Amino acid sequence: MSEPGGRASSSPLLGGGPEPTLLDLSSPGRKAWSLPELDVPAQELDIDERREHAVRLSEVAEHDIVMHFTRLAHRNFAVDLGAYPLGSCTMKYNPKVADWTVDLFSELHPDAPPSTVQGAMEVLVEAERILCEVTGMYRATFQPAAGAAGELTGMMITRAYHTATGNPRSVMIVPDSAHGTNPASAALAGYAVREVPSNERGLVDLDALREMLDEEVAGLMLTNPNTLGLFEEDIIQIADAVHDVGGLLYYDGANLNAILGVARPGDMGFDIVHSNLHKTFATPHGGGGPGSGPVAVTKELAGFLPGPLPVRDDQGQLYWEMPRNSIGRVHSRHGNFGVVVRALTYMRALGTAGLRQVAERSVLNARYLAALLSDRYQMPYPAPCMHEFVTSAEGIKADTGVHAMDIVKALLDKGFHAPTMYFPLIVPEALMFEPTETQSRETMEAMAAAVNEIGEACYEDAESVEDAPVLTPVHRPDEAQAARQLNVTWFMEE
Amino acid sequence: MDFTPHTSEDLSIMLDRLDLEHIDELFSHLPMEVLVDRSPDVGRALSEPEVQRLLSSLADLNRELTCFAGGGFYDHYVSPTVRSLTARPEFVTAYTPYQAEVSQGILQVLYEYQSMVSGITEMDITNASMYDGATAAAEAVNLATVSTKRSTVWVSRGVGPRIRETIHTLAVTRGFEVVEHPLVAGHTVWETEAGEPPAAVVWAQPNYLGVVEDYDAAVRVAQDTGALGIVSYDPMTLGLLRSPGAAGVDIAVGEGQSLGSPMTFGGPGLGLFSLAREHVRRMPGRIIGKTVDRDGTPAYVMTLRAREQDIRRAKASSNICSNQALNAVAAAIQLAWLGPGGLKEVGEQSAQKAHYLAARLVELPGVHMANDASFVREFAVLLPIEPEAAIEGMAERGYLAGIPLSKDYPELPGGLLVAVTERRTKAELDGYVSALKEVVAHV
Repeated sequence: MSEPGGRASSSPLLGGGPEPTLLDLSSPGRKAWSLPELDVPAQELDIDERREHAVRLSEVAEHDIVMHFTRLAHRNFAVDLGAYPLGSCTMKYNPKVADWTVDLFSELHPDAPPSTVQGAMEVLVEAERILCEVTGMYRATFQPAAGAAGELTGMMITRAYHTATGNPRSVMIVPDSAHGTNPASAALAGYAVREVPSNERGLVDLDALREMLDEEVAGLMLTNPNTLGLFEEDIIQIADAVHDVGGLLYYDGANLNAILGVARPGDMGFDIVHSNLHKTFATPHGGGGPGSGPVAVTKELAGFLPGPLPVRDDQGQLYWEMPRNSIGRVHSRHGNFGVVVRALTYMRALGTAGLRQVAERSVLNARYLAALLSDRYQMPYPAPCMHEFVTSAEGIKADTGVHAMDIVKALLDKGFHAPTMYFPLIVPEALMFEPTETQSRETMEAMAAAVNEIGEACYEDAESVEDAPVLTPVHRPDEAQAARQLNVTWFMEE
Repeated sequence: MDFTPHTSEDLSIMLDRLDLEHIDELFSHLPMEVLVDRSPDVGRALSEPEVQRLLSSLADLNRELTCFAGGGFYDHYVSPTVRSLTARPEFVTAYTPYQAEVSQGILQVLYEYQSMVSGITEMDITNASMYDGATAAAEAVNLATVSTKRSTVWVSRGVGPRIRETIHTLAVTRGFEVVEHPLVAGHTVWETEAGEPPAAVVWAQPNYLGVVEDYDAAVRVAQDTGALGIVSYDPMTLGLLRSPGAAGVDIAVGEGQSLGSPMTFGGPGLGLFSLAREHVRRMPGRIIGKTVDRDGTPAYVMTLRAREQDIRRAKASSNICSNQALNAVAAAIQLAWLGPGGLKEVGEQSAQKAHYLAARLVELPGVHMANDASFVREFAVLLPIEPEAAIEGMAERGYLAGIPLSKDYPELPGGLLVAVTERRTKAELDGYVSALKEVVAHV
């Protein structure tokens, strides 16, 4: 049965009984594989290090496999099932046409000579052109396989740049509202991480930032709009202040969706920009990946990019060339190329006007949903939100004892995926909603109705919210036990 | 194309509710100087058939070749069963399973993936995937430097050149030193007199030249120096070869593309990452654990989360967040489809065909094996002509002949790395030999 308003309405046929593991389904002698007979004369091979016993894998028939993984698919929420307002993750619709285009490139080996892979290299060139156009940068690499890999690459470029100018510098500044990957990436690149506080408007505290800035500061990592969904309105002053001490400005592209075709990080003063193709450019998230985190930089920094990069010769042929001062490789080949094909498909399908419309409608949806929730839930900051917003259930918690976690679990029972919870860390009982532009007005209204109903239930029947979810296959798994009695392979089953 | 559902009526209802006249007013609080004065040029919007035609026209610029290249990426058979199940939108269009109650599907698949990879490697613990074989190796090396508080790592020149370059990139940033150990007659020679004790001893099995290395020798070097033993292995050889776990390595990493993912110009594949249990608290990436819910029903969750960036921030064991989960799904289904018998058969057939081709190639005038060492499905030959020229000539005849070795291994002039999977038929092998004979004679 389908319901209007982006609500997942089907539940597993068998009502949520546990699915056995493939090992439970295994029986010695069963098999699924099918290969032709060896067609060269078999020889006695002299191979060192031969294994002495068979590998330990399940033995199942093909139909067992199909049933098992199909039943498991039934136990998973997804964008293709219902609204997925997981803040900061941009869970928009992933166009199916990209499934078709990516298959055109599936048989290419990454080490084939350039003369035989000109089409694949053209994909990289065209996607790079559009990415630079949209971000206001000069050149880009697609090697980083995800956003965090892009961040680390950006930090390595920052280090290489400062090292080349004489002082490698030691400090990276990140806002207290930053994604966890920002401090983790900066630390992995060897920087001491300093947090700049947010002010009462939820924006970078410019005075506090100025006090932190000196010749040891290598740069500032910033998401704009920030993780509260607010545009950093002082961005020009922030950029000037960082540049005045010789630092670089790094743009975390997690929230690029909000400003596509409206504003460009390069025009704001950013020097290095990573984008998340799996967010902004509609490539599927795959249950956790693969993503793609291309890094684009200004002309001044282009020589430090990882390589090799595609370059065109006088005859118009593409070849690979390492940038002059390259930091080196950050991936074994060309990054998650298939994801780039999908993103390019999306970029060209939307075109100039379509990309701007993405920004407009993602912001419109977020602002509309926020308006529909603002009677029941606190909006901790006054500024209008961009493509996502953070609301707080602190008032509800104070009044009723119900936590943001409970509200989120109750929303699962109502057929919606949860918003991001308890992030950013500076907002207590945070619920971060990002509806994206591909959800309809009716979905915003249905979701708001569901969230508001839960808010009311906190006051009228708190226990029902604290008991949620009840319709899902499992209910509040014991995470402490998972960590204490580690069982991460079926060989560890008692 | 347009994937937004808003009608003009929707827009006016929504703008009215927000007291806005025009949609541009959504951005009226942005500073004027950051607003674009001209729209970024992405071209006009294309319809679905047009965008298909555009990407097809780009794909037509590629040449389809019968693949004899490897180097970490292999043309193994992938069943439509794997493709079909991996394409389920419930897996494809979900994200990281933060909400376990509505993510039991992907969580259980990833638990089974971890189990199967631990099964073939005989390593205690496997994470839910890294980006690729190179970043998995770099993360493993980094783990070793943090764990041992040492700043030198020993890396065999048998480790793939692209993997070594990726380790080197991280080494420059992190300030550790990489000492490379040479290959002699195809095997790593560990120069154990070399300087201060290492954090890690890193080798590949089989190595980049296809040679089956001596596991015990490498593990002994790691143990004698107090370093972590890290092997970069090839999962599709494990139906045939001793496992990293049986050999006693501390960390086993590898490129997992050949487990169910198409080559797609080198990505997305996945990074395989397994380790001995004592190191689990430093493991990078997601780990899925099995537990029970409040009713005692078996349930799966992400576990040991205190290692991760969203909890520990600057003190996290790694910065990784998104991984290659969908490729791990493909790997799990591929391993389920192969089972122990299929993995062994793929290993056997690949090795038989590789040996058949090698034996025929050395019959060609001026073609020699680069070494006499034991190999399975990949081997290095020395050609009497430049390998790049041979590869171009072979491409004209419909073959991707292999990967040139001359740049990465100047000590092997004329070197060509050739990989043979079970997919190659005898006719293709014989065709390859005839074509190479022509090419060598012509250049």
